[in-house]
Amino acid sequence: MCGIAGLIHRGKSSNVGSELQGMLQALKHRGEDSTGYALYGDTDGKNFIMRFKVGENVGEGSSSVMEDVSVYDERKKIVDQTLAEMGAKIVKEERTLPYSLRYEIDFETKDLLDFSQRIESIPGVEILSMGKSLEVIKDLGNAKMVCDRYSLDKLVGTHAIGHARMATESGVDIKSAHPFWGYPFSDVSVVHNGQLTNYWNNRRVLENKGMRFMSECDSELIAVYIAQKMREGASLEEGMKDSLSGLDGVFTYFVATKDSLGMAKDTMAAKPLVLYESDDLVVMGSEEIAIRSVLPHEIDTYDPFDGEVKVWQI
Amino acid sequence: MANIKTIDKKSKAQSMGMHTEVLTGRTQQKFFNPDEAENFYYFGTYDVDFNKRTDLDVMNMSAPEANKEIDNLMSQGYGTIVIKNPQGKHSLGVGILNKLNLIFEGSLGYFGMGSCDGPIVRINGRVGWSCAENLMAGKVVIEKNAGSCFGAAIRGGDLICKGSVGARTGIDMKGGTIIIGGDAGAFTGFMMQRGRIIILGDVGINLGDSMYDGTIFVGGEIGSYGSDAVDSELTLSDQDWLRRKLKVAEIGEDFDVSKMKKIVAGKKLWNYDNLEPTEKKGAI
Repeated sequence: MCGIAGLIHRGKSSNVGSELQGMLQALKHRGEDSTGYALYGDTDGKNFIMRFKVGENVGEGSSSVMEDVSVYDERKKIVDQTLAEMGAKIVKEERTLPYSLRYEIDFETKDLLDFSQRIESIPGVEILSMGKSLEVIKDLGNAKMVCDRYSLDKLVGTHAIGHARMATESGVDIKSAHPFWGYPFSDVSVVHNGQLTNYWNNRRVLENKGMRFMSECDSELIAVYIAQKMREGASLEEGMKDSLSGLDGVFTYFVATKDSLGMAKDTMAAKPLVLYESDDLVVMGSEEIAIRSVLPHEIDTYDPFDGEVKVWQI
Repeated sequence: MANIKTIDKKSKAQSMGMHTEVLTGRTQQKFFNPDEAENFYYFGTYDVDFNKRTDLDVMNMSAPEANKEIDNLMSQGYGTIVIKNPQGKHSLGVGILNKLNLIFEGSLGYFGMGSCDGPIVRINGRVGWSCAENLMAGKVVIEKNAGSCFGAAIRGGDLICKGSVGARTGIDMKGGTIIIGGDAGAFTGFMMQRGRIIILGDVGINLGDSMYDGTIFVGGEIGSYGSDAVDSELTLSDQDWLRRKLKVAEIGEDFDVSKMKKIVAGKKLWNYDNLEPTEKKGAI
């Protein structure tokens, strides 16, 4: 089933980590195999923030293979070495969990494709997000468990999207969890509720164009599809509108960039979405109870229609 | 119009524009006889007094707890119940099988007022997916917008949304009336089998797709017609019925119903083949 949630504050910052946690926790009945956050925090914008993993969560319910922690250490060493070879300087390093790391990197580049390919050529290493504001945090368990594990409740920023996952077509692991980074674009992330039926056809075309897939989760296709459209010169909104015909199946998805948040709904309107919109705040989720966790008073909400695409700026 | 005092029940209903479908084959129209009402008994129903009123704050209750408390209040004879702080909870007010004035001061989540038979409900907020699914009788009025599958499979009663509704409104409906004050999404009236849908605003693509029977009235623009949905002539009887319904529904009373479009089933799909399954098998 899965649940998605997103919000954007326009003209101000807020405690988006805590707000999104409340929204996703309200949707936990839609799936709690894994939960993921894409948070756009207030930063000085100088350094890249790279969230990456060197292994999987192999706790209860995971479909991943158990590995020794020493393997994680070895992979981390190779990442550090590769960064140094590329001239990227690690300004700050946090290792929240043995397999999950956050680096602030001083690195000048406009194209992250080569950078990402080199890092991800290290076996067992996956970049979860790369950007100057975006941080993707995803792990097994419900919203509160992941929030507590990574101390996300104090993160201040302008916007965020998240996903509560019930695993159906791929494994219970971090690599299949949402949000997906819009590789190789800085600060682009995607969450999706639904099923895509032309996944393999599109994947083969996109792989031939040099794009990468880290999982076999159909939702990853949306991130890669939109990223490829943007590489070809389309705006975010144009890429999303194009996806309504390019992607087959049923879907409601959100895309976020450094300064915007968008939603798209398939032409059959088969997946739910409730939306609240005011001049300074947009909040949306699979169910109204998610919105109620941010706005407990009576408000006007609505369901976007079939084939609708909307994009908001901060 | 014939003198309604001298004609039988079936003709009376049809003369008043309540039944226009001509049903053939194994599908039968059944008419309720009020003289036999005392022979019917629903388990779990209560005699309530509309003048006996109370409030119920469900802020800190789960949906089953709230529904049990509504049942408990009805068992004490309360006929008017005001629900405070529904907070978008799912499945509130389901399975009420007797008359009741029920007022929600706020919005509901999924499956609100599902499988009800008789209550008069006003929701001063929005409703999520599948509101009033399987409604048998009564009236449900939503003051704001509604989600998808609004009035799915209803058998009777009036379901009114003053705002706009999502996709698949009236899917599989088998009777009753759905009235929408705003716009409606894609696949409105999908596979409807009887009853009427009135939309004062625009409607999305695939209107009335694969409908078996029933009638859809649209005041605004139509995105596209679904398979076998066709235009039909809007009669004076239709217009009278629309005016009456809109007046009773307290919605669009000044709306010019004479310009509405009427959509019905073309009855050209495979399921209108006269052959019974066994005969069909023989023919193949």
